[in-house]
Amino acid sequence: MLGIETLSSEQIAFILDQSKPFQEFQRHPLKKLATLRGKTVAVAFFEPSTRTRISFTTAASRLGADTMALQAESSSLKKGESLIDTVRTLEAMRPDGIVIRHSSSGAPEFVAERLEIPVLNAGDGTHEHPTQALLDALTIRDRKGKLEGLNVTILGDILHSRVARSNINLLSKMGARVTLCGPAMWLPRDLAFLAPNLRLTHRIEEALEGAEVVMVLRVQTERIHEPSLAPDEYIAGYQLTPARLQLARPGALVLHPGPIVRGLEIDSAVADGPQSGVLEQVTNGLAVRMALLYHLIGGASADAPHPAKDRTNASD
Amino acid sequence: MLLIKNGRVLDPATKTDAALDVLLDGDRISKIGANLAAQGAEIFDAKGLIVAPGFIDLHCHLREPGQEMSETIETGTRSAARGGFTAVCCMPNTQPVNDNASVTRGIVERATAAGAVRVWPIGAASMGSKGEALAEISAMKAAGIVAVSDDGKPIANARLMRQVMEYCNSLGLPVIDHCEDPSLFAGGVMREGPHSLRLGLQGIPAQSESICVGRDVEVAMLTEARLHIAHMSTRGSLAYVRVAKKQGLRVTCEVTPHHFTLTDEDVRYDSHYKMNPPLASRADRDALIGGLADGSVDAIATDHAPHHAASKDVEFDRAPFGITGFETAFPLGLTVLVDSGKLSLTRLIELFTTGPAGVLGIERKIAPGEPADLTIFSTSHEWIFRAAESPSKSQNSPFDGRGFRGAAMATIVAGRVAFRR
Repeated sequence: MLGIETLSSEQIAFILDQSKPFQEFQRHPLKKLATLRGKTVAVAFFEPSTRTRISFTTAASRLGADTMALQAESSSLKKGESLIDTVRTLEAMRPDGIVIRHSSSGAPEFVAERLEIPVLNAGDGTHEHPTQALLDALTIRDRKGKLEGLNVTILGDILHSRVARSNINLLSKMGARVTLCGPAMWLPRDLAFLAPNLRLTHRIEEALEGAEVVMVLRVQTERIHEPSLAPDEYIAGYQLTPARLQLARPGALVLHPGPIVRGLEIDSAVADGPQSGVLEQVTNGLAVRMALLYHLIGGASADAPHPAKDRTNASD
Repeated sequence: MLLIKNGRVLDPATKTDAALDVLLDGDRISKIGANLAAQGAEIFDAKGLIVAPGFIDLHCHLREPGQEMSETIETGTRSAARGGFTAVCCMPNTQPVNDNASVTRGIVERATAAGAVRVWPIGAASMGSKGEALAEISAMKAAGIVAVSDDGKPIANARLMRQVMEYCNSLGLPVIDHCEDPSLFAGGVMREGPHSLRLGLQGIPAQSESICVGRDVEVAMLTEARLHIAHMSTRGSLAYVRVAKKQGLRVTCEVTPHHFTLTDEDVRYDSHYKMNPPLASRADRDALIGGLADGSVDAIATDHAPHHAASKDVEFDRAPFGITGFETAFPLGLTVLVDSGKLSLTRLIELFTTGPAGVLGIERKIAPGEPADLTIFSTSHEWIFRAAESPSKSQNSPFDGRGFRGAAMATIVAGRVAFRR
């Protein structure tokens, strides 16, 4: 599972469908399955992350798997070890799969070509963040009932966003109409080639008009190589405010991959408002990641899992 | 004496294309003619093969001194000989940088002792290639350099470029520039465009190169010096070179085999597709082939840039730039340019012989009294390039495993057979 780009719409729909039972499962009082008992998931984060790492670790543990964690700050990378040596060392400890977050685009693919075990991309550089796009899609489908034909606007620093790339791939494949909006230097014209029927605009009013879903991206100060925009300029031009949200369809869903920088890309009133799906996204992240781990590591057939049947005693 | 019999002599310099024999005596060509005979001469049967002047590579990295883990003068020149090259110009970005006569002498001595082919060093333009003060160019010339360049880095300061050109002009040396605007380059790892966006790899705009070519052409206008554009990769750069040539300036340029073969569409998360300049767009690639065909481009140069496996087997954005190129250069020319009908065979040979010689201000031809440097090749020999079988210490080639039609069958340097397939 390296990216959305190589998936078909059928495969995407399958993963979303498979995530449904795990979504319900998050509401159970006893959140532990035995499905992956005895399996081990290596969670290798070569880039700082809190929510995605916790989400994957929790997803694995709720499936009954053990995890082995690697974090860049405390790892041998600091001692000059190469990525390939690090992951081969992890593989020698015989995990059943590896989840990778890395600051270099293509690092999960690089690793997957060299290891025997399944590799799950938890975000690579400015390339893809497939589980984020899947959890976004699950959230949209829940709220809007469908993906096909929906007007979705992605707002912010598109150029440096792996979340945007995965979402562009997924939404286009599922038949949504995608509009990309951001300051000119973060919205290169060539983005139009990423998928068919993409609309690009620098004007937020134009981007929001008729939108049924608005995805607000974080301004990624750590990935910006060029002189960046003054925060006040960004706020004036692109912050999602209650007034601007009025331009979208009534009841438009607002999503944000987090972490949110309140007062920069999004006004608190919008982030906390009734149209916000931000916390559902977090919960759905668990469901999507459980479904993927189940299928990649459990070696499962196309049958849906049965959380109720598989659930074990919490003290197990 | 070595008598090369039954071959087809193809020499763009003398406009020869005929079944002729060539007699070599010592390190010189002695005679050319039909049905030659020579008492006691060793016979080389070139039946079915083409005998051309020895190929010259204007641009390579032999990594010695200082980076012998990746290549040495011995291993690099053995690889060059397999590619049909009889002389290679090595760039000065060694450790230490070839910016003074003692380093130049070291390279020349090592090449004399262990080189399979001729090694013509290129000296640094500035001290340490830092772009600050002029290197000891005159002393290096006395020690054997054939050109100057800060390859790997552009000469960022136009005033320094002017001084380098003026000084080199007085010494009769060409100035070779690696054209790149550092601020536009900005840490990029492949050509900016739809494919860099798709892969999420930091892009380098084509204009990063052409802006610098434009500036260099302006400085060449100011100085009337000889300017050579290294590994040119964009149609914008080509347009500046064409303007310069039209105005009668002594501006020349080279294109690498990978830039006329591959495009940014071929880039994958595999560092064998990472080089600088990066693989260009299809439109740029096609324009470069047009330039190779119409004479706007003077030479094909390999930019042979060996890197040992451990340094390349890393994340794409962390890998060093560069690929090896000696053994695939001419075969790619035959396959991509000649077999496709875009260039004549004679034009391709020019790009490996008279073209690069002209850039260096020398002649290269098959005539009595000339150095006995010859490349004997086949246009039909079918083979597969296996990087692991190369004498080079490095295997960083995107063409590993590729099948070819045509190859150098023998490389003769100073009358000696340096390589025979």
